Amino acid sequence: MKQTIGCIVRSILEKEEKKMTFRIKPAMLKIAAAAWLLGATAAMADTTLEFTQWWEPELPAGSLRKIMDDFEAANPGIKVTLVSGPYATTRDQISVGAATGTLSDVVGLDGAWVNNLNAQGALADMNPMMDASKFDKAQVADIIKVDGKAVMFPVASFVYPVFVNLDLAAQAGVTKLPSTRAEFLEAAKKMTHADKNQYGWVLPLSLQTPSGVQNDMMSWVWASGQSMMADGKPALEGKPVVDMLTFVKSLNDAGTISPGIATKTEQEKVEEFVNDRVGMMIDSLAHVNLIRKRNPKLNFDLIPVPVVEGYTGKRGLPYASWGIGISAASKHQEEAWKLVQYLMSEKVNAKLVSLANAFPGNVNAKPDFVTSDKAFAKAFEIFKTGYLANEFTGLPVAEDLMTQFDVQAQKMLAGEQSPEQAAAAAQKGWMAKF
Amino acid sequence: MTRQKRSHHKLKRAVAPYLYLSPSLVIISLLMLLPMVTVIGYSFQNSAVLRRDPSFAGLKHYQAIFNDPVFWASLWHTLYFTCMSVIFHMTIGMIFALMLNSDRINPMLRNILRVLYILPWLFTAVIIAVIWRLLLEPNGVVNSMLLQLGIIGSKVEWFSSPETALHAVTFANIWAGYPLFMVSLLAGLQGIPKDFYEAADIDGAKAYQKLIFITIPQLMPIIISISLLDFIWTMQVFPLIWITTGGGPIYSTEVLSTYTYKLAFSSYNLSQASASAVVILLISLGLTLFYIRYQKAR
Repeated sequence: MKQTIGCIVRSILEKEEKKMTFRIKPAMLKIAAAAWLLGATAAMADTTLEFTQWWEPELPAGSLRKIMDDFEAANPGIKVTLVSGPYATTRDQISVGAATGTLSDVVGLDGAWVNNLNAQGALADMNPMMDASKFDKAQVADIIKVDGKAVMFPVASFVYPVFVNLDLAAQAGVTKLPSTRAEFLEAAKKMTHADKNQYGWVLPLSLQTPSGVQNDMMSWVWASGQSMMADGKPALEGKPVVDMLTFVKSLNDAGTISPGIATKTEQEKVEEFVNDRVGMMIDSLAHVNLIRKRNPKLNFDLIPVPVVEGYTGKRGLPYASWGIGISAASKHQEEAWKLVQYLMSEKVNAKLVSLANAFPGNVNAKPDFVTSDKAFAKAFEIFKTGYLANEFTGLPVAEDLMTQFDVQAQKMLAGEQSPEQAAAAAQKGWMAKF
Repeated sequence: MTRQKRSHHKLKRAVAPYLYLSPSLVIISLLMLLPMVTVIGYSFQNSAVLRRDPSFAGLKHYQAIFNDPVFWASLWHTLYFTCMSVIFHMTIGMIFALMLNSDRINPMLRNILRVLYILPWLFTAVIIAVIWRLLLEPNGVVNSMLLQLGIIGSKVEWFSSPETALHAVTFANIWAGYPLFMVSLLAGLQGIPKDFYEAADIDGAKAYQKLIFITIPQLMPIIISISLLDFIWTMQVFPLIWITTGGGPIYSTEVLSTYTYKLAFSSYNLSQASASAVVILLISLGLTLFYIRYQKAR
């Protein structure tokens, strides 16, 4: 009896199980189909942009990712993958990516690279994108063009004013901070006391990083509204560059430049300023917080780079920038342009440059440190009254050009040649690269 | 059938060693041979790496570097830097090894010296470069001491002056590299049988005679082997020179490695940089062959 009941129950259960299996199968199929459809739709809708840059490691942890998350939220269907690394690694990665056609959709750029990348056909022309989206060109501080193609926007700019050690200036009797080259020379002479290892100015011309040519030498030319170029070609034998070299030589001959020029790097320049060993230096505004951290007691002020006698026009302000561009090989240029627009928009740009302690790429953006910090406020004033100037941006093999100029400047400072000869030799070397 | 089996067995025996070697052969091919061949290929191309369709350039890039006076200056600086380094590595290494092997020095002091002398070997090239930059900077410790002793009249810009820069980097490299010789020679000294010296003592030999006629001949195989290896390694030194002088001032410390680096990463002329790298490869290869021959002859 028990067995019979057991058999009946088993047979009912088996039947039910079969029914369930029969019922479950279509349901599972439906779910699988829905999942596939959902996945496929998501895959179709989601575009993943790759954004290679060196900014993330230089910003507070997670801050660039947060901006990307906000962008993703504002642009459903677009995801951004950040490919971050140190500056030099990023530079090499971008060069190789340009050569192999594997450049990321959006790339962080230094002005010194764009000419080479453009020659490789690696950068997209953003002119048609700007026109199609009716982008207001007046809102951006600069558009870097090569052969008429808009290839880069400076997103954040790090300007290079003159830092003055006010205590050293006061001790030397410099009451009025220099505004012209002659005043600068006078102030440098007064601040120099070689017996105390104290000098008026510092000039880093290490060949390891020849950026001193751009930041500490050519900045004198640009500050006076002059140029090292003429009709798109080098004009190093012209009066502006020769005068600048003569001026630098006069500073050196007067013994006002801290020794070790030929191997001094930018970091060492900052260290010497921090340690009260030099009275004045041209340096990036990005170093303000570093200087304060290294020597909280240091009393310093910022002034624009002095100009030639009688110049009253707008002053060119040397700068280095975090630029942005779009890969010509990108299959998602439309989405990439959206990201570029987003980073160049007033609010986002202000947020980004506030994090980076830089000046904005959008002229309407106002970084928050400008109101909260006296030194930055002063620098912002200098920035507002002048214009950004860096003629190395967009030049072919910019670093090589700097190295060549550097070698000739070193020869001049070593007494091996005159400023005119240095300018002529550098001109010859540069022309070969154009 | 038996013949077939025998030939199959023979084939197996012939192939077996190559099968055992195949993993390392594959790794060496991928990690060494392939990059080497690729760089040699680049040196014969125009716009290598930077263009997707580079054209054949023939020997153009080799001609360009051979016509560049900076290349010849770099070659000369490389030879000076290398030869001086090897000679002084050997001399200092020998003196310290003899000192550490001597019974006349207190064992305790000997152990302390052993640690002190080997210290430079423990630092990386970057640390060595930073140490010497700080010591030799115009306001550094070395100038201060020399000024106080009255050896120099004014501050010397050791790394920044074209007259002293090459000597200064060579000096830093000598300081960094002598422990290799010291350790190798010390091991060699400890292996020389005492009987030789006892026999020399009976014959009335003086200390310098024992050094010339026993110690140096006994150490000769080590001296030659280490010197050749040191020559090959020193010729390729890059970080020490790059961090201390960057090849400057002017071109006074430009060596083949910095010259090649600048061509590649400052001028982005990867074709010429490859040609320069091939020249370094050929010089190193010549020395390596010489080393292998010497080892075989032994």
